[in-house]
Amino acid sequence: MRAPKNLPKTLDDRLITQLSIRDAAVRRGGRLLFEGVYLELAAGEACALTGPNGSGKTSLLRAVAGLVRLEAGDVGFGGVDPADARGDLHLLGHADGLKASRTAREELTFWTRWGGGNDDALREAADTLELVPLLDLEVRRLSAGQRRRLAIARMLAAPRPLWLLDEPLSPLDARWRVAVGVLMQRHLDRGGLILAAVHDPLPAATRSLELVA
Amino acid sequence: MTRLAALIVRETTLAWGRGGGPLVALGFYAGVATFLPLAIGPQHDRLAAIATGAAWVALALASLLSLERMFERDYEDGALDLLLLSPVPLELTCLVKCAGQWLATGAPLALGAPVAAIALGASPALAPLIFACALLGGIAFAFIGGIGAALSLGARRGGLLTAVIVLPLFVPPVIFGGGALANFAAGLPWTGGMAFLGAYAAAAVAFGPLAMAAACRNALS
Repeated sequence: MRAPKNLPKTLDDRLITQLSIRDAAVRRGGRLLFEGVYLELAAGEACALTGPNGSGKTSLLRAVAGLVRLEAGDVGFGGVDPADARGDLHLLGHADGLKASRTAREELTFWTRWGGGNDDALREAADTLELVPLLDLEVRRLSAGQRRRLAIARMLAAPRPLWLLDEPLSPLDARWRVAVGVLMQRHLDRGGLILAAVHDPLPAATRSLELVA
Repeated sequence: MTRLAALIVRETTLAWGRGGGPLVALGFYAGVATFLPLAIGPQHDRLAAIATGAAWVALALASLLSLERMFERDYEDGALDLLLLSPVPLELTCLVKCAGQWLATGAPLALGAPVAAIALGASPALAPLIFACALLGGIAFAFIGGIGAALSLGARRGGLLTAVIVLPLFVPPVIFGGGALANFAAGLPWTGGMAFLGAYAAAAVAFGPLAMAAACRNALS
């Protein structure tokens, strides 16, 4: 990982400054995954979301993103309309939405524009994640770890305060786990918020929330 | 605006490559058009009588081909989630997706429609009107087709389901367009049918995205 030079120091024009989950419950396919989940996250804080497989970590992240309906409770973003908050957060999961038949450059360019980032930020992000030599390859030619780095570059290229990460480190090798931990810490230092579902300890975590199956 | 411009480029290139894109749609279209003389017999006057109608029905069928993957691919690989996480309303996103579908398959098919009709024996004087009808009809097919594609998200054999949902909704443009062409060929007033076709396409553009967005949200949650 190369040290970024021109990344904005703060998350300008941000809407989300805090995340609060109150008494949340999610039901999937008739089964209650969890209930009574509370979480308060302020700017600069990260929370590691743990729990066994099937305990609803992914569903909680998707519920925060507004993609899954809550059975009970609510998710607040410090007074920001949830519909607006959706355009101010990043979701990183197993299904990364990268099209196998397109080149890494095409995908990174599209998602940067879609996320509201500019070309400088794009170059910076590609450089930071050492993707420059890979940009002209089709996404199908990338390894799982390279693909994940592309998905992370997409988040850096379009700065948004809230990161919802679903096992962000799983396909990465030891060096990149450390490097992404540094990126996460940098995001927090800029006033970002991170909620990450993990099995291993999160490099930058300050809080933790455990879901019980 | 940069967002929507980026999206239309993405959607058009994806639709261009989806299921072979316009070449496969055109090939299917040519195939159906060649089948008719084989089944009906090569008598020129008999074929000429049905040429425009047949070209028009084949067009409706060919525009079904690549609908299936319009939302499904984005749904399966998670891109639909990320398209939702944006200040752009999902309805507008759906509208742009359909526009991309139309640019990549509807417009090339509209170029093929007069060729197919004339090959079957329609008068070359009909060509401009057939092209105009196919362009307008293609808009209706893309936007109505999008509703079917969004509704069948998550279903197995979604493509077949899409066709079953969408075909009844293709009936009005087929009637209006076919009527306008038949009337023009017979020297009767034809603008009425054309106006109805335009109205149906406009309604599809206006209301289709609302239905698609609702169906996508439902499939995701």
